[in-house]
Amino acid sequence: MFAEAEAAHYERLQLNDAGELKHLLTLDGLSGELISQVLDTAESFIEVGSRSIKKVPLLRGKTVATLFFEPSTRTRTTFELAAKRLSADVLNINISSSATSKGESLSDMLRNLEAMAIDMFVVRHASSGAAHFIAREVTPEVAIVNAGDGQHAHPTQALLDMLTIRQYKPDFPSLSVAIIGDILHSRVARSEIAALKALGVKDIRVVGPDTLLPMAVESFGVRRCNRMSEGLDGADVIITLRLQKERMSGSLLPSEHEFYSLYGLTTDKLETAKDDAIIMHPGPINRGVEIESAVADSSRSVILEQVTNGIAVRMAVLSMVMSGQINARRVASGE
Amino acid sequence: MNKAIFRKRGSDAVVRSAPDSIRAASIETGLQLQRVRVWHDDHLAEIASLHVPELLEAPAFGLTEDSQHEYWLLPGLIDLSSAFREPGFEHQGTIDSESRAALAGGFTTVCCPPSTDPVNDSPAVTRLILEQAGLAGLIKVLPIAAMTAGLGGDVLADMCALKQAGCVAVTNLRAPVKNSLVLRRCFEYARSHDICVLAVPEDAALGAYGVASESDLSSKIGLPGVPEVAETLAVSSLLILAEDTGVRLHLSQISCGRSVEMIAAAKQRGLAVTADVALANLLLNDRCVASFNPVFRVQPPLRSEADRLALLKGLEDGVIDAITTHHEPVDEASKLAPFAEAQPGMSLLEVAVPLLMGLSAAGELRPETWIAALSSGPRRVLGDASTNAAVPPDLVLVDTDAEWRPQAGELYSKGKNCPWLGQALSGRVIATIVDGRILYQLDGV
Repeated sequence: MFAEAEAAHYERLQLNDAGELKHLLTLDGLSGELISQVLDTAESFIEVGSRSIKKVPLLRGKTVATLFFEPSTRTRTTFELAAKRLSADVLNINISSSATSKGESLSDMLRNLEAMAIDMFVVRHASSGAAHFIAREVTPEVAIVNAGDGQHAHPTQALLDMLTIRQYKPDFPSLSVAIIGDILHSRVARSEIAALKALGVKDIRVVGPDTLLPMAVESFGVRRCNRMSEGLDGADVIITLRLQKERMSGSLLPSEHEFYSLYGLTTDKLETAKDDAIIMHPGPINRGVEIESAVADSSRSVILEQVTNGIAVRMAVLSMVMSGQINARRVASGE
Repeated sequence: MNKAIFRKRGSDAVVRSAPDSIRAASIETGLQLQRVRVWHDDHLAEIASLHVPELLEAPAFGLTEDSQHEYWLLPGLIDLSSAFREPGFEHQGTIDSESRAALAGGFTTVCCPPSTDPVNDSPAVTRLILEQAGLAGLIKVLPIAAMTAGLGGDVLADMCALKQAGCVAVTNLRAPVKNSLVLRRCFEYARSHDICVLAVPEDAALGAYGVASESDLSSKIGLPGVPEVAETLAVSSLLILAEDTGVRLHLSQISCGRSVEMIAAAKQRGLAVTADVALANLLLNDRCVASFNPVFRVQPPLRSEADRLALLKGLEDGVIDAITTHHEPVDEASKLAPFAEAQPGMSLLEVAVPLLMGLSAAGELRPETWIAALSSGPRRVLGDASTNAAVPPDLVLVDTDAEWRPQAGELYSKGKNCPWLGQALSGRVIATIVDGRILYQLDGV
């Protein structure tokens, strides 16, 4: 009872009746076609960034609020830039100095913002499902873009990674992709796996010790590799994840040193990968912890392209979601 | 919307017979219903006609002699764990509000856990609870005391004084006991004074961060999981310590099939252990959390379908002695939060009977099993002293064919955190009788 309805809800919540995005909460359940459409739209925005006047009027008159309940510099900056390049008014709400620290609940705070006629929330929150919760229970009429929720999803990061991969290796079904490090706590890895699968990638490996791999990770449709040699063997794309400082002590890992010697991405370990393999990292990188400096700066590294693509992808997401939300409201009001 | 009539204890007695003689239709006056099955000797008797007490004749009550509905006359139901939230959390529930919910759900005896503020670890708190229950004047409230002071897991609570004040068992709920030495001493002390220990099996460290059952789904959607071993490790050490000390142990709210196996093995060895399962774990599985709906946030977490089926089988096989509603009213604001931050709990007292009837209709649980698991089962757990088969009796009249959709505004419980609001249910408690007095009757069916 309830289980089927809830599962359907998880996927349908972000789509309007025409199957367009009216929120972006997760990549799980999105078709490869829709993901490709986002990437195509993003490609068209890359050119905007090289103009002397970097603006298009798609979101003129709309207000976008970024609500970051967790600290972030880059993600928030790229969202803000993306919204501004779309001519939206942008409101950055500093949560630490704002209402929730005065005991106001998340839902009260969001409803207050909704009452100020804000059109879109870009939300980052430490709890998995926070974006779903807001879209479902709190402010369903406001477009929600998930900028990272707990360990669940970080859809725009995964989309910009897909765009970067596509620029170098457009034939997704033929690729072998290795994702290395702390998969367990990584919302980026979960969204990347969903996107890679939707785009037809068949060979995905997750690499790390079992303490950093989610239970039943094989059910995601990926291969569990405890050894780097196995995980990198013949890989076309290598994504290494950031290892959070707090995971390096305690019972998940013996030491930073041991992690680097086993799972750090070094020139030596890269030998088993394909010669033209690209190296990605969602940033910010810990040199000498998960990746060797020389590797991060090598010609195979596409880490800075990822950052550039981040703005274009977020422009694509913001504009598509706003348009899907407006269409949904139009249908709801019977126009 | 249906209306109901409540009366307080001490009003006119109308049912004088004891349960075992009801079968002989010894209620002499009143309406004669044609299709009634009476609970007798742990069985539902064949359909027969029965006179129901005079007060039930009130025209607004809607009972008519030619009704083709089937009615069940059951013993007053007993719930081993229902959080009434008083003292301390009166915005979530009071002894009065939740007593009404209990009565409307057919429960005449309810055990209340010590998760109050202050914690029920002193006779003064126990007396306060019993006093409030007396003022409410509806059901029989049986407090369960904290096993350690403040549920701190360190210092033994005054178990004997608490027992004398009216507590029927001690428990530390999910709060960790400091170490095995303290736990063993708690068991030894309880054993010396013949006090039942109700233990909620969960290894504190393994369960600490989890908010949903650990599974492929929790992994995929990134909800921190409570692994099965968080429960089974605790069950195994509790069983071994019970064997070692001879304490009367009751394992409450077990959720895993593997726990059922371990309890079955312990019972087979002759250990006097009993167990209950929370209603939600019989009805729902872990797939319900797929969309992060906070209404499905409960402790213990909803487990796999295989676990659910094993729990049902454990009841049928007699390994699990009782069902508890594990009723936990939660105010709207505390539920309106992202899944992990929402307060756990479901408000289930008022829908327990139709939901269990639904399991029977689906062929998953025999009616005899769940009725026993809400009457003779919990009585066995508590020992007859606290819940003597009352004379005059506690009874519940259920219209098994009543169709209804519970609405938030209709629930007497302050907690509207019930997934079944607005859902079509079949079967409804239409009258509840405590000590032979009709204290609740549904009006205008």
